[in-house]
Amino acid sequence: MAGSTLASPTVRAPAALPRARPFSPGREAWRRFRRHRLAVASVAILAAMVLAVLLGPLVWRVPINDIDFTARLSPPTWAHPFGTDDLGQDLLARMLYGGRISLAVGLAAMLVAIFVGVLVGAVAGISRGSVDAGLMWLTDLFLSLPPLPVLLLVIYLFRERLKEIAGPEVGVFLLIVVVIGGFRWMPVARLVRAQFFSLREKEFVEAARALGASTTRQVVRHILPNALGPVIVAGTIDVAAAIIAESTLSFLGLGFPPDIPTWGRLLYDAKDYLDFAPHWALFPGAAIFLAVLTINFIGDGLRDALDPRKVM
Amino acid sequence: MSRYLTRRLLIAIPSLLGISIVLFTVLALAPGDPFEELATNPNVPPEVRANLRLKFGLDDPIYLRYLHWLFAMLQGDWGFSFASRVNVDTLILQRLPTTLFVIGSSQVLALAIALPVGVYAATRPYSLFDQVANTLTFVGFSLPTFFTGLLFILVFSIQLDWLPFVYRADISATGWRWYWEHFRQAIMPVAVLGLFQGASWTRYVRSAVLDVIRLDHVTTARAKGLAERVVVLKHVVRNALIPVVTLVALQIPAVFGGAIVTEQIFRIPGIGSLLIASILNNDTPVVMAVTFVFACLVIVFNLMADLLYGWLDPRISYR
Repeated sequence: MAGSTLASPTVRAPAALPRARPFSPGREAWRRFRRHRLAVASVAILAAMVLAVLLGPLVWRVPINDIDFTARLSPPTWAHPFGTDDLGQDLLARMLYGGRISLAVGLAAMLVAIFVGVLVGAVAGISRGSVDAGLMWLTDLFLSLPPLPVLLLVIYLFRERLKEIAGPEVGVFLLIVVVIGGFRWMPVARLVRAQFFSLREKEFVEAARALGASTTRQVVRHILPNALGPVIVAGTIDVAAAIIAESTLSFLGLGFPPDIPTWGRLLYDAKDYLDFAPHWALFPGAAIFLAVLTINFIGDGLRDALDPRKVM
Repeated sequence: MSRYLTRRLLIAIPSLLGISIVLFTVLALAPGDPFEELATNPNVPPEVRANLRLKFGLDDPIYLRYLHWLFAMLQGDWGFSFASRVNVDTLILQRLPTTLFVIGSSQVLALAIALPVGVYAATRPYSLFDQVANTLTFVGFSLPTFFTGLLFILVFSIQLDWLPFVYRADISATGWRWYWEHFRQAIMPVAVLGLFQGASWTRYVRSAVLDVIRLDHVTTARAKGLAERVVVLKHVVRNALIPVVTLVALQIPAVFGGAIVTEQIFRIPGIGSLLIASILNNDTPVVMAVTFVFACLVIVFNLMADLLYGWLDPRISYR
């Protein structure tokens, strides 16, 4: 039994595959990605959600703050497919609008995390000695900070000031993105550093060095592109984590203000009406769950697709 | 063993100092002044205000203020809560046991799910059980704790009316009834946290066991005729747990995040709900102290993980 464990579910017989022509790396990754059926289905579902959120408000033209007390807390009907809240506002319109922000926060926070993580990891990985040790101490320090309490602390202390400077919407958006991103870069930094350590001793980097490439060129042209595979996977998972983090903050009532109905905010408003209007909580909760689940599956598919050691 | 422990404790001190520096810097950089209300109050003359600022050292350079704050914290002077009019340390000590109880039991539950399911799935890779377990773990850690909490309340408290959805610290019953009531109200919060943790741990256990089960020493153990149960438990699981402990230790900070959310949903009187309440009340001393306590708890749990690591892996010498 030992040694007979297959490396992947799809390796049945290592029959001689007639390789007609070599695939480009991109096509090869796509071929591997397609094997992960749940990941492919997830791409379709997530794409549908993104399209709905982007184009939905153009089709479903009910204003998000149209108060109608005759339809208070109404369950799903034809007039309000997702029902209404305690002020009779249409939940479908609110979810479409809030979804834009929830997904945008996820993406933007991921970009912040990846940028900081790659920067710290690359600097630590290429410069040995005290710089590396110092940066890794910083990384470990951030890893041992409990993210949610510190997130709450920072938002508590800085929210008012940023609202004054950048306005309530942009200010809170920037703060949440920077803070969530600022607490998720550490795994990326460690990944990139580990990749740099192994890659910078490889022959092709040595060849570039022998040809007189500067350190910047070695890093940007040769090492970084080869270190990106795991970073892309980590980035995908980070989008899901950032969406959860934003929803958590909004759910605790400390994220976006009430007039910006992100999915977490909708849940926060809905939680006191669970017994009369469960639909109010169920739809946004299901949207968060679906977004996070599909992103996690896509991350899993990408891991299969981008890991060259995995036989598929 | 004791020397190993001392060394680990000594390593923890710089991390604690670093965390305290980070927290204090955040506080110092923040806009706003604790004496803002005094400044706008026309009844307080400017001299009194200046004297107060001098007394509390608000105009000192930042490193002096940090040292002042640090020594006060070390001496147990954690300040005074504006909102509830008691010392911060008494407030926190009142509420800490509840938080530790909920977090501790949920971790036990997570372990009780993750170990058997992960090991069983990894010993039969790509079987039906493995595939179902794999999909369920994805669902498990994609369901945010605040949504599972609401779902549980909806199903078990509102629809079925089996469990109470408000956690009460002051249950008047005595004897067995007291334990039973406590157990009943703890089920949902513990399950919410435990299922979320258990889902991600199951994946770690599965992949770690899969890595170990292919190694030669496992083949040897089988070849010498050991029962499959003994092979798995003694030769596979123990080795597989070493990377699992590392990954679990890395997850500990996230556990506290989940605990805050759960405490807020079920109104558990722990330090997580204290943190939210004091943020909403602008109660800065409590916010700072609770954040610091959370950071300390992370360090303590990491220390425990390190000790466990040393016990699992004798190659790490206790030096």
